[in-house]
Amino acid sequence: MTPLIEVRDLHYHYDDGTQALEGVNFTLQAGETVALFGANGSGKTTFVLQLNGILRGEGSVTVCGLPVSKENLAAIRSKIGMVFQDADEQLFMPTVLEDVAFGPLNQGLDPEEAVAKAKVALEQAGLSHAANRAPYHLSAGEKRQVALAGVLAMQPEILVLDEPTTFLDPPAQRHLVDILRDLPQAKLIVTHNTRFAASLASRAVFFQKGKLVADGPVDEIVQRYDWTYSPLAADFRYSAQRRF
Amino acid sequence: MHHVLLDRWSQGESPLHHRDPRAKIPVLALFLVALAITPVRDYLAIGVEAALLLTGILVSGLPFFGILLRAMAVLPFSVTFGLMSWIAGEPERAIALVAKSYLSTLAVLLIVGTTPLPRLLAGMEALGAPRLLVLVAQFLYRYLFVISEQAQHMRLAASCRQGPVDHHRPRFRAAAGALAVLFARSYLRAEGIHRAMMARAFTGRFLALDSLRFDFRDGLFLAGLTVFLGLVLTL
Repeated sequence: MTPLIEVRDLHYHYDDGTQALEGVNFTLQAGETVALFGANGSGKTTFVLQLNGILRGEGSVTVCGLPVSKENLAAIRSKIGMVFQDADEQLFMPTVLEDVAFGPLNQGLDPEEAVAKAKVALEQAGLSHAANRAPYHLSAGEKRQVALAGVLAMQPEILVLDEPTTFLDPPAQRHLVDILRDLPQAKLIVTHNTRFAASLASRAVFFQKGKLVADGPVDEIVQRYDWTYSPLAADFRYSAQRRF
Repeated sequence: MHHVLLDRWSQGESPLHHRDPRAKIPVLALFLVALAITPVRDYLAIGVEAALLLTGILVSGLPFFGILLRAMAVLPFSVTFGLMSWIAGEPERAIALVAKSYLSTLAVLLIVGTTPLPRLLAGMEALGAPRLLVLVAQFLYRYLFVISEQAQHMRLAASCRQGPVDHHRPRFRAAAGALAVLFARSYLRAEGIHRAMMARAFTGRFLALDSLRFDFRDGLFLAGLTVFLGLVLTL
């Protein structure tokens, strides 16, 4: 079966010469949910921005059988829905409905069809009631839901979520997990939140200094790289005991 | 979370709120022109124009004294120029200048306060305003809140580290530094917004949903007020 995403020997360096990605190989199959772990600056976000051609490195990136190249960008950006870390950057239209309809309009749909798709996507994201509200009147959790609706309206085959739990309180995180669980798309989740990742993904990859150094079950990766909060919590307890 | 006053006012349900911006914008333009060309000594015409505005405020249901108070924002400027005219020996011109600038501001506030900005911008675009100008206004309006929120956070952070010394100079330097950081962050945010737009298949041309409806009541509103203002000027 052809993978939805296939990345071979991907290299990327920023204009200042910083090597951001080095020899990355990765595949994503249909229906899979994969968590991307790694320290800040390890190349996770840079990697996902290569998938829809926003950043272009050296190597081979194929999405749904299409190589990421200038002529395929429109098709690829319709197949990959990307939810960015800062929802405020994604919600730039005056009303929620207009924002969610932005993608379908760019796909060439007429306004009526775009509105119909936007309404369905808002319902999927659980935010139909906010269609006519201005984005700045929404809470952080609602903004994230609108951002998600904005990409769902384009009916992508793959969802990429960059730090989706940032600024969300625990109930909003749970709500987001419930929404994402019901979505049929393959998902790539860039996150530091291992519990959130474990509740959605079975597989994880680990980035270190621009290299993808491990690929396996979430629990195994978390254990291998000690990628949890528990040592930090233990350290806090120890400091507290010493002080008092 | 911020609630801008004009934004809240514009969500009302009065007959004036329901008028299509393509009717309201030309009426506003006509009113401003009529007011500008009304002779300085024609107090009756200026009075009728003022009465028209006050009727509009009453019909709109906007807070009467609230809008009158906010229109006073123009007075520091117009009074300065009015004083110059007064000193130059033209007291009637000075009074007319202050009155006309105040009424003009009131008229703009009335239209902006009864039209949600997205609809106002859509109306401007439909009437031929350059797309780029409308887009800049739209983005400015959208991100003004985000940037002002960032500025408030930075101010709070600076206050927390201010310490007991209360000198103006360090404060001024901190504010200047914060302004520079805010500018740099705005630039980075603009890049982020552009990326998010590209990710949703943006091709460089904004495609908007047409949400405007111009019906016969809008036509009546436009025609009626055009005739009325014409009569005020000619009689």
